Amino acid sequence: MCLGVPMKVLSKDGDNIVAEVDGVQKEASVTLLGEEVAVGDYVIVHAGFAISKLDEEYAEETIRLMREVFSDEDMV
Amino acid sequence: MKFQDEFRDRALVQNMADNIRRMAQRLDAPVNFMEVCGTHTMSIYQYGIRSLLPENVRLVSGPGCPVCVTPTGYVDKALACAADPLNIVATFGDMLRVPGSMSSLMEQRAGGADIRIVYSPLDAVALAKNNPERRVVFLGVGFETTAPTIAVSILEAARLKLKNYCVLASHKTMPVPMDILTGDPELNLKGYLCPAHVSTVIGGAAYRPLVEKYHIPCVVTGFEPADVMQGIEMLLAQTLKKESRVEIQYSRAVTWEGNLKAQTILHQLFEPCDAVWRGLGVLPGSGLAIRADYAEFDAERVMALDVPDAVENPACRCGEVLKGKQTPFQCPLFATICTPESPVGACMVSSEGTCAAAYKYGR
Ligand code: SF4
Repeated sequence: MCLGVPMKVLSKDGDNIVAEVDGVQKEASVTLLGEEVAVGDYVIVHAGFAISKLDEEYAEETIRLMREVFSDEDMV
Repeated sequence: MKFQDEFRDRALVQNMADNIRRMAQRLDAPVNFMEVCGTHTMSIYQYGIRSLLPENVRLVSGPGCPVCVTPTGYVDKALACAADPLNIVATFGDMLRVPGSMSSLMEQRAGGADIRIVYSPLDAVALAKNNPERRVVFLGVGFETTAPTIAVSILEAARLKLKNYCVLASHKTMPVPMDILTGDPELNLKGYLCPAHVSTVIGGAAYRPLVEKYHIPCVVTGFEPADVMQGIEMLLAQTLKKESRVEIQYSRAVTWEGNLKAQTILHQLFEPCDAVWRGLGVLPGSGLAIRADYAEFDAERVMALDVPDAVENPACRCGEVLKGKQTPFQCPLFATICTPESPVGACMVSSEGTCAAAYKYGR
């Protein structure tokens, strides 16, 4: 039940969005988000609410760092 | 989808495992790291992460599945609500099979009780609006991720001036049990993979008091296999450097301060209270009670719910499993008497429960 799922915002109507993951669409409320979301953004949806926005730049940075794990700096 | 697929890349995960093994050779003694979230536990079993780790890096499953830590006494109260024909009990699906002392919601529903599964707490408010002659009781379980969603449902019911919506609240908050577990010498924890989605709300800074008190490394970690591996790597790096800090591996979703709007709504509706955790007992200040201003939405104040003391199956090791002291495989009932179809303890019910994850992926 604690599952939060990263989903892409397909449409937005006031406080309500329709978001999608793996072809499944769900409605969610954005009333708990402190920041604006736009169509095309990614959010984490939990129990019908978007609780957090996903930051693309940080996601790319994380992956880039992971792919560098063999570099010496990372070997402590 | 780019936020998932790249973090499931097998070759990447394998590379990270090699790196972890090299780092672990420099450890003086074996280390126990606890993955707090049920979703971590599920992911760790699903992707076979334990088998990728060297022997001296052990992962211990923690108490981070809200269904699993819900005490039998709470289920008994929910059953008492469902027994009243006035009430519609609305709940997230995985509470249905959690055993109470005598029965479960599933069994009571088969017996005719009006129990509805909802996806969002707002669906429960809609039920109340559409059934003015009935009372809707929503089963409010969960951590800081779920509590704000329930808070919004109460505010919505208040806005609609509904008199027939209430919440049977049993919310719990996260850093408190981690404090108790860190102080337990038997567990000998050396680091935490901190909850991912709870931390989107409470923020990475919430773990700083724990680090200051116990000098234990904490890394807020995502759920994909590469996230978990990186979280372990970051914990090892801190351990080897004899450091203890909070770090955020899951930076694509979690900030230091968290979701301030969700925190504000949560505190508007709830105040800290003592709470019973299955297996851990009463932990002071670890629960959330509905504030007196919103008493008319508090099921415990709206109804008299006196239920007899709860009866637990003495053979169930859920308590030890939730504290990470035993694995499901050490439980004599595991996979024989206790299965996901007929669970004896709550850890077997939710897909995030340690026993359920071990049953599905670990055998
Ligand atoms: S296998 Fe079943 S009985 Fe054993 S600890 Fe887990 S939930 Fe309890």
